[in-house]
Amino acid sequence: MTGELILFFVLALIAVTTAVGMLVSKNAVYAALYLVLNFATVAIFYLMLGSPFIALSQVTVYGGAIMVLFLFVIMLLGAENIQAEITLQKAWPAIVLTVALLGLMIWMAATQVPVVGLSAESTLADAAPQPLAFSLFSTYLLPFEITSFLLLVAMIGAIVLTKQDKKGSGK
Amino acid sequence: MDWVKILEWVIKGFALVMILLTGFAYLTWYERKLLSRMQVRYGPNRAGKFGLLQPIADAVKLIFKEELIPDQAEKILFIVAPIITVVPAIVITATVPWGPDMQIFGYTLKPYIADIDVGVLYITAIASIAVYGIVLAGWSSNNKYATLGGLRSTAQMVSYELALGLSFTAVILLSGSMRMIDIVNAQSDLWFAVLQPAGAVVFLIATLAELNRAPFDMPEAEQELTAGYHVEYSGMKFALFFMAEYSKMIAIASIAATVFFGGYRELWFLKDTILGVDQTPWLGPLYLLVKILILLFWMIWVRATLPRIRYDRLMSFGWKAMLPLSLAVVIVSAAGIALEPINPLFKWVGIPLASTFVGLMTVGIIDNALRRKVYASH
Repeated sequence: MTGELILFFVLALIAVTTAVGMLVSKNAVYAALYLVLNFATVAIFYLMLGSPFIALSQVTVYGGAIMVLFLFVIMLLGAENIQAEITLQKAWPAIVLTVALLGLMIWMAATQVPVVGLSAESTLADAAPQPLAFSLFSTYLLPFEITSFLLLVAMIGAIVLTKQDKKGSGK
Repeated sequence: MDWVKILEWVIKGFALVMILLTGFAYLTWYERKLLSRMQVRYGPNRAGKFGLLQPIADAVKLIFKEELIPDQAEKILFIVAPIITVVPAIVITATVPWGPDMQIFGYTLKPYIADIDVGVLYITAIASIAVYGIVLAGWSSNNKYATLGGLRSTAQMVSYELALGLSFTAVILLSGSMRMIDIVNAQSDLWFAVLQPAGAVVFLIATLAELNRAPFDMPEAEQELTAGYHVEYSGMKFALFFMAEYSKMIAIASIAATVFFGGYRELWFLKDTILGVDQTPWLGPLYLLVKILILLFWMIWVRATLPRIRYDRLMSFGWKAMLPLSLAVVIVSAAGIALEPINPLFKWVGIPLASTFVGLMTVGIIDNALRRKVYASH
């Protein structure tokens, strides 16, 4: 148990450091890489909680696909060193949200709000791909389908946005 | 008992790394020999018998070469990038089983490193990490050609990862498990390459793109980008990229053999004979080795045969041919399995027929699209 606790604190330190690093680094590529490290640490947290499926999905989807696209866009636009001007006027919603979320988390930890939805004593067997898929396609079917529909809409939107105007090109 | 297990893991891990590293050296020899034979010349034949010492001579040369770091490069990333490329190439094979459980002096040897129930997902996760090495190498060199090579590789690998993932999905559907050993055992009656031929073809083409191998070696297209992402690298750092590419070839060949060509299992009609792995388990690793060598031969053959395809065609092919075809492959597999309770023929005959049909249809559509372009230009 102590070994796990030490590992947790080391990982937590890495996660927080990389998150802060992402925010303060001047170069956008380094910021993206800090975020990748952060995702990897979170994946290890999932592994520690006994869910290899979610851990590896995290690495594949966030660490792999999404962050690679981020890097791609940053490098393609040559936007490594663009400085955003931060003024209080622009930043106040973010500040309010951050404080609110932090307060919520502290309140939840202090009052020990019970976890809703999943049973607290999930076992390793529940985290295997088959039971996970079963609960996704039975208990959580509606949210699952709504998510897939949202993704479909986003995909069609992307295609429509990038479609070249045939009349404009003159061919 | 506990330390025996740990010792077993250490030995197996060490053995796997050693096999991949010496395998990489001799794969370069294998490729040069095969390529030269296909181009009607001898290839390396000076160092040792049949040029067998050539890889060692190359390694010694690379170790003594001067290493340069460009003045304007991002130093840390420049040094880390080759390492990020090599490590995934080696650890990706951890879930591939090399044979069935074997009894040696009363001790049960499990010939694989990790038997996790999300083995396939592990492979996709590691493969998606491998992209970073090439992108970062390109960017940190602070060289236009290198950056372009890195960007090309990103776009290409992300595009073909979709088709790769979907052909994995077809395998998962057919075997009903993400565990590599279950996938191998599910192929004891029939290889998935026979049951789902279009899936196997999509998988093999997508892996070529993931490997940046010819005809998809756009990130290092010599005429356009000199050497692409590794143009600023020299000495051992360059050797690491080289090592990663060839280790990945071996790793991908072993994964392809496992998910589509029966893994360590025999040809399916030899199942209950003395040549089957159920009766003679030690044949397992041998079968896997033979399959890997055949798949590597195929990769080298493709390199010797096909010219590099144009970059826009590469993207069109990935998104307009490979992705729809892999979606069709998934639907065909799912339909076949869903209809299996009505009549098993739906799975054993329906899937191969439908799969061949969608494959041929895709080839026909591509052919038609290209032909129209030829006429239009006249």
